[in-house]
Amino acid sequence: MLSTTAPPPVAVPDIGPDTGPVTGPALPAPRGPLSLVVLDTLRGSTRTPSAAGLTSAAIEQADPYGEDLQLALYCCYELHYRGFAGVSDGLEWDPGLLGLRRDLEQVFLAALRAEVRGGTDVATEIDTLLVEVVDASGVSHHLRRTGQLWQLREYIAYRSLYHLKEADPHAWVIPRLTGPAKVALVTIEYDEYGSGSVGRMHAQLFADMMTEFGLCAEYGAYLDTAPAALLAEINFMSLCGLHRWLRGALIGQLVVAELTSSPSSDRLVQAMRRLGCGPAAIEFYAEHIEADAVHEQLVRHGIIAPLLAAEPALAGDVVFGIQASTLLADRFSDLLLRRWAEEQPT
Amino acid sequence: MPTEPVRRQVTVTDEGPVLVHGPIEIVLADGRKVISDRAVTALCTCRRSRRYPFCDTSHRRRVRNSVAHGSAHDRDSEECTRC
Repeated sequence: MLSTTAPPPVAVPDIGPDTGPVTGPALPAPRGPLSLVVLDTLRGSTRTPSAAGLTSAAIEQADPYGEDLQLALYCCYELHYRGFAGVSDGLEWDPGLLGLRRDLEQVFLAALRAEVRGGTDVATEIDTLLVEVVDASGVSHHLRRTGQLWQLREYIAYRSLYHLKEADPHAWVIPRLTGPAKVALVTIEYDEYGSGSVGRMHAQLFADMMTEFGLCAEYGAYLDTAPAALLAEINFMSLCGLHRWLRGALIGQLVVAELTSSPSSDRLVQAMRRLGCGPAAIEFYAEHIEADAVHEQLVRHGIIAPLLAAEPALAGDVVFGIQASTLLADRFSDLLLRRWAEEQPT
Repeated sequence: MPTEPVRRQVTVTDEGPVLVHGPIEIVLADGRKVISDRAVTALCTCRRSRRYPFCDTSHRRRVRNSVAHGSAHDRDSEECTRC
């Protein structure tokens, strides 16, 4: 029988946690005024960006691909993944930080939009990605032909910033898709997360490879050494993953990742064999040759086709995602090849 | 009471592998058995894969850089990365 008397008042807890994870990556060192403001906020400063001396003109004039802006964005986004040791989890939705993040995103997006060709012809973009240029330059081509072990280790250390959270940015787009496109994306994600086996998770395979190479496999361990060109690639995924209106661009980024990964992974396996690396080291890229040959088909026929049939207006965003992520991948590759040409281990 | 049989989906792609919803066990011509526990497996049909019976995208068209950037008369000069 239902009681007719009012229940006693319940104490309402404070909304939002006060403390962040005890363990987790340490905060990086700032690389300029933008990242300094973000990092001060993460350390507990309650000053607004303008009170901290950051003018909107300074933000607009910042180098969109520079170390400072990209690190500032990366730290903002990391709150949505695993946070930082000792940083309040509540800052994930801090209005001041979100406002600054939006301003930084607009600078980054405007630069990308200005630099890519644009268009709406998804099929032609995909056809271009499906042609293998055998004498292409690029990190995996270089490593396959003449790369040295320290170069391979450096590449893996940098790439760990993404691969230790591999597939996570794309999980954000799941609720934003429907029907067959959603099913195909989840099929890919299930494979990325090990098809029900923790040991087969791609992030775990990457950690195992790092250990085999004597690298630190802790999440975020190489953030301080990672160049802006690498952070920009990951930031683009987080940006498109966190904004529903950029879902088409995230799918475009996924197209590039899945269509270029299989041959590139094959070249890295060849590089590792040439350098005498063991099977535990090789397994991550060997797995990606087969997995991404499947994912290529699922992306093209399972996601792109039904997505564009249901939402044809997204074609321009998919093309933008393809072109922008190609541009960012090339920038990172060019940077490493330039550095390696000078033969200076970092 | 009769029920509809559960049919496994096999997808033939126009340019590449056959996609089989798994997990599956593949019996090769020499009797060797290979397993795949993936939700979907891409089986090579062009026989160029170095990871046969699995697709490794070796069916893709290959060109030299000069061809990719123009010069139409070189368009047939495809080259194998394997050799």
